[in-house]
Amino acid sequence: MDELAAIKQTFFQECDELLADLEAGLLALESGSGDADTVNAVFRAVHSVKGGAGAFALEDLVKFAHVFETTLDAVRSDKIEATETVIKVLLRSADMLSDHVAAAKGEGFADAERSSQLERELKACVDGDAAPEPTPAPHLDAAPADEWGFVPQRVSLDDFAPAPALVISGPATWRIAFKPHPALYAKANDAAVLLRELHRLGACEVDCHQPDLPDLTELDPDHAYLSWTIQLVTECPEDEIRDVFAFVDGDCDLTVSRVTPVVKAETASFVPLPAIIVEPPAAPAAPEPAPRAATPPADIKPAADQKAAQAAQAAPTIRVDLDRIDKLIDLVGELVINQSMLSQRAAEFGAPRSSPFYSALQDLEQLTRNIQDSVMAVRAQPVKSVFQRMPRLVREVATLTSKEVRLETAGEGTEVDKTVIERLSDPITHMIRNAIDHGIESPEVRLAAGKPSEGCVRLSAAHRSGRIVIEVADDGAGINRERVFDSAVKKGLIRSDVVMIDDEIDNLIFLPGFSTAAEVSNISGRGVGMDVVKRSIQALGGRISISSVPGQGSRFTLSLPLTLAVLDGMVVTVGEQTYIIPLTAVVETLRPKPAEVRALGPDGLVVEIRDWHVPLVDVGRMLDRTRGPVDAATGVCLLVESEVGGRAALVVDSIEGQKQVVIKSLEANYDKVDLIAAATILGDGRVALILDVDAVIARQNRDANRSRTAPPLALAS
Amino acid sequence: MGVKVLTIDDSRTIRDMLRATLNGAGFTVVQASDGVEAMETLDREGPPDVIITDINMPRMDGYGVIENVRRRPELRSIPILVLTTESDQAKKQRARDAGATGWVVKPFDPDKLVEAVRRVAA
Amino acid sequence: MSDASSNGLELIAFRIGEQDFCVNIMAVREIRGWSPATPLPQAPDYVRGVINLRGAVLPIIDLSARIGLGEVAPSARHVIIVAQIGNRLVGLLVDAVSDILTVSPDDIKPTPQVGSERVQAFLRGILADNGRMISIVDLEQILPVSERAAA
Repeated sequence: MDELAAIKQTFFQECDELLADLEAGLLALESGSGDADTVNAVFRAVHSVKGGAGAFALEDLVKFAHVFETTLDAVRSDKIEATETVIKVLLRSADMLSDHVAAAKGEGFADAERSSQLERELKACVDGDAAPEPTPAPHLDAAPADEWGFVPQRVSLDDFAPAPALVISGPATWRIAFKPHPALYAKANDAAVLLRELHRLGACEVDCHQPDLPDLTELDPDHAYLSWTIQLVTECPEDEIRDVFAFVDGDCDLTVSRVTPVVKAETASFVPLPAIIVEPPAAPAAPEPAPRAATPPADIKPAADQKAAQAAQAAPTIRVDLDRIDKLIDLVGELVINQSMLSQRAAEFGAPRSSPFYSALQDLEQLTRNIQDSVMAVRAQPVKSVFQRMPRLVREVATLTSKEVRLETAGEGTEVDKTVIERLSDPITHMIRNAIDHGIESPEVRLAAGKPSEGCVRLSAAHRSGRIVIEVADDGAGINRERVFDSAVKKGLIRSDVVMIDDEIDNLIFLPGFSTAAEVSNISGRGVGMDVVKRSIQALGGRISISSVPGQGSRFTLSLPLTLAVLDGMVVTVGEQTYIIPLTAVVETLRPKPAEVRALGPDGLVVEIRDWHVPLVDVGRMLDRTRGPVDAATGVCLLVESEVGGRAALVVDSIEGQKQVVIKSLEANYDKVDLIAAATILGDGRVALILDVDAVIARQNRDANRSRTAPPLALAS
Repeated sequence: MGVKVLTIDDSRTIRDMLRATLNGAGFTVVQASDGVEAMETLDREGPPDVIITDINMPRMDGYGVIENVRRRPELRSIPILVLTTESDQAKKQRARDAGATGWVVKPFDPDKLVEAVRRVAA
Repeated sequence: MSDASSNGLELIAFRIGEQDFCVNIMAVREIRGWSPATPLPQAPDYVRGVINLRGAVLPIIDLSARIGLGEVAPSARHVIIVAQIGNRLVGLLVDAVSDILTVSPDDIKPTPQVGSERVQAFLRGILADNGRMISIVDLEQILPVSERAAA
């Protein structure tokens, strides 16, 4: 039954799409941009979910969907009006339906009480109008498919008509008289087919009667001239015999009666079945009414809708294993490295720039870049899949906090690599929760401040200079800087006499320990503070920044790489070695003047940057103990920041530039190396190591602490 | 040359289930997701031996399919089965009045589906 | 030396200093010349660094240092044997590769109990061939999974 499991998967995928359409449609109705088509689409979405669910006997889902569908049917047939209240009930019902689907998938839980409550509200919407089937029907539909939906009932044998009770006693003879009406043929039912089906129940002797059959020239093809008498010997019960004629009930004269002795028809002329049947003549043989001029367009929705649907259907798609894509991306990565090595060799070879050799290499480089971009795009998906979970989240959090909040989204079509997209959902969810919980004020406060009572959260995505930029903005109260500052001091995160600019205060919320579990409210739940969000974003190779205006609102900006397999890095040399420092960790570069380098303790050095004193890290020495100490004044410093908020100035010999590099793992063939995040392959074919900035800063702190408490010895490794 | 069935339903799940059941019974299956696509398919690939159609579909619904098929001389004797929920007698009657040959109840029993097709397919 | 029989082993022999060693050829992926390796910070003395093998990052193990015969100053005349150990690909730095031997399991004798225990740990037998004594290297011991690179 693998096929059934596969179809069930298809069903759940289809449900996801239908639920998305449902929500989109209801939102459109809510905002007033929907119309009759939208209502129909919304109805059909629920109807389809119900239909598929019935096929898999998912009873709870079917039951709820049925009530939901009935109410929607009432809306679309204009029995009730889609008022704001009604639409709110419908929106919440859509959420409930989604829960039921998740529960059916085994991935969630559908609150039975909430479900019943919503069913009551849905019915209440329809109240006063004829609500015929809803109550008894769900039960019928939910029952496993019994023929014609009958619910099995206890029947005593006394109720049985004699004939069925005699089924067990062997074959019986039946006499069947069958006279089709013209309507039977008009509905494309076929007497021959019916007689053939009858024949499958048992031996038949068939008589055809054609008393009124005129000459061919006078034959009216739409008239029904023939009738039949059939003698059937069968063990089947009468129900089954009548069943053969189920479709033509009302379009024929039918009598089915039992004959006790087996009686041979006497008057019949036994003619083999096929010869008797006269099919309604095929079109050419008889005069036909002229094809009517009325064309299908009457049934088709406006052209725009049709074109859009056609366009959507026209773009062919193909399903591919993710493994194959990953392999392809790896290979293209190799290609890029290889091509870059080739260029390097050519440069060393001294090929003149005017040579065809050189220009061919240029072409190759361009081609390779194009291939890389195209292949990266294969795995790219629109952020829509992440964004579309948010409206529901906003509704729930707004309800829980008793606030009025509207969600605006933009740039849903912005494409992001699949590897990045899946890990975006949590951070965005938390930021939106925070925005509503802490940012947006209660309706009363907002009104008092001259703002509309409904707050707005804006979620947007866009491509900007080779990266993805996602913004979560709110029009709430903004960051309360005094409170944040005091809170940080109280938690011992900063000293009370420190002077900070606004921007620095805002960034305090990203410090670990800033939001303690006790403070994090139910909403932002599970003890998630902004530090966790920042760490998730940084784990994706991204950066997060905040800007806020008191009284007007806040905006969080996430900047992410297009894919996890590459990294933007600063190429530096330390000694004879080349290292890569992730650009996300670099705050700025500087050449400190000798006066700005101060000693701290026996062997520590700090560099003065504006009002801050930042520890100097002799990277070369940290990586290779045998090196002599570096002269900070002659080198270049990179001011870097770790995920945990520490800062340091890394001293390097020179900065070679910035480069986007393909990340290669060291663990694959070797092991984790302290202070090193990963490796990459440069244009000259050599391996360059990517520094783990956090580890470097942590090591610096550890060494500094140690040297304060112990006599300055050569530090044991 | 087996019996060719054209199945019309906007739900991918239902289309897949119909196809699985009908293929299993030896029928060839052609699919469409609504009435308009069905008519296009029909024109392109030639008439089927049986049509099974849902009623609620975008662009052109089941009634539209029935009417369109019955209107055309070369197609009017193609049997049409509608997919219907048992509780909706009104829809079933309307379909029959429009010219539907028979019906199959949703959620459908595979055996009943095959039997219904046999009952109408020449 | 026995002729190749149905359960014959093929071994590739190489030199480190004055001594001969070999490994099962099934583990060997390719032989390369030396190219400068990028050193790994605070790595054990026998890990020379990493090189680029067609896009993969390959650690280079100084086999001489690993076995306890002293560090080697690699140069262009050295050879790297790319071997698969478990799921990993590593490069073994040796002086030169000599020949391929076909032996039967009977030809393998236990390692003589001389020399340091460290050496013993890396070998899993010896065999004689044309007057040479060839020690068989146990690749599994070269790069233990649990070994950490830094202190």
